[in-house]
Amino acid sequence: MENRSLVTIADHSKEKIMYLLRMAEEFEKHTNRKLLDGKVVATLFFEPSTRTRLSFETAANRLGARVIGFTDPKVTSSTKGETLKDTIMMVSNYADIIVMRHYLEGAARYASEVSPVPIINAGDGANQHPSQTMLDLYSIYKTQGTLENLHIHLVGDLKYGRTVHSLLMAMRHFNPTFHFIAPDELKMPDVYKEYCRKNHINYVEHKDFTADTIADADILYMTRVQKERFTDLMEYEKVKDLYLLKLSMLEKAKEKMRILHPLPRVNEIEYAIDDDPHAYYFEQAHNGLFARQALICDALGLTLDDVLNDRTIIE
Amino acid sequence: MKREELLVAALESGTVIDHIPSNKLFEVINLLHLEKMKSSITVGYNLKSNKMGHKSIIKIAGKFFSDEELNQLAVISPNVTLCIIRDYEVVEKKEVVLPDELKGIVRCANPKCITNNEPMKTDFHVVDNENGKVALRCHYCNKEVDLDNVKLV
Repeated sequence: MENRSLVTIADHSKEKIMYLLRMAEEFEKHTNRKLLDGKVVATLFFEPSTRTRLSFETAANRLGARVIGFTDPKVTSSTKGETLKDTIMMVSNYADIIVMRHYLEGAARYASEVSPVPIINAGDGANQHPSQTMLDLYSIYKTQGTLENLHIHLVGDLKYGRTVHSLLMAMRHFNPTFHFIAPDELKMPDVYKEYCRKNHINYVEHKDFTADTIADADILYMTRVQKERFTDLMEYEKVKDLYLLKLSMLEKAKEKMRILHPLPRVNEIEYAIDDDPHAYYFEQAHNGLFARQALICDALGLTLDDVLNDRTIIE
Repeated sequence: MKREELLVAALESGTVIDHIPSNKLFEVINLLHLEKMKSSITVGYNLKSNKMGHKSIIKIAGKFFSDEELNQLAVISPNVTLCIIRDYEVVEKKEVVLPDELKGIVRCANPKCITNNEPMKTDFHVVDNENGKVALRCHYCNKEVDLDNVKLV
């Protein structure tokens, strides 16, 4: 059997990405269906992530699948010393597909190699989080009408933020111009700048974060600067408030520009911005539902045609 | 060279692994699992070498390795020379070539990698890193390790 698991979207072709976005679009039009009637989806969260889990479970439930799983690794046998392989083999007896979040890097790749049923990676340590990337892409596509030739400003923690790294890699097909806005301690790692050069992705680095820096942005992708990332807390105190987005900074922004944030937010986006038309982070999270419906269906072998010709839509 | 060869007994047939940097000798022994072999093995440690100052050499009687087995040596000492001996004659000289993929040989340097937490084989892809040097990239966690800093499993 062909391995339909989703471990990373870094390897996806442009066609495959556009295909999945088309599918997500259909699920946004009609979210409630019985398309997965009779299927069982397992959600195995070896590390808690309420947001991601709820989104996946809602995606499965709204397509008529049943959901089993665990939300807290403390209650599972892995605390008794069971290997990941054994857990996966056991659960694959019960479920048609496994959505897995794990604290170890590479866990999803390994699970996909030993599992007889498809695995969807819902985050493996600092490594990959493809469903987040997919919903980011869908949000960009939906708000800009295209993924091509966009100016994308990434702000905050560009060193450890896996969402910005995955987004950067997934956008390589679409001729973007990236703007990296970060303090020295958290700047984009060389390996990703090298990736940009190899893949002919334009990028500009900025230290300042002002109305002028973001004036040409189509997408402003904010991330949280996390205190625990700093070895020198003096440095943290110096930079923590430099990368906060204030309402006044949006005066020169393009009308169609949208602000994204993987959430949770702390203080990096002023609350007054929530009511501004540029704010899009809550809709972005909502888009995760449609993106994940598409990813689950694709992993189960359903095609865009199946979705287009679906007669199980609940009006 | 003549004098040096006399330091280690000649081989009737088998494999000679020469020009091993002395600090890598024990890694080579581990990598080829020589400790489990029944054939006679002669090991020369810290021998004088015109080329390298000091070197080590291993002679394994009656044993011929596959290219796959020998190419693993490229990970720890890429400049070894291999001689295949039959009837006291060198019938073939080989160099080791770093394979594209290394399974179950190298340990991942990332403590949070699944391979360091699960009873499983490691898997590395040989890639060029950003400085144009050869590096190994973990198939699972995608972290890269310089060839100079590899640790064996």
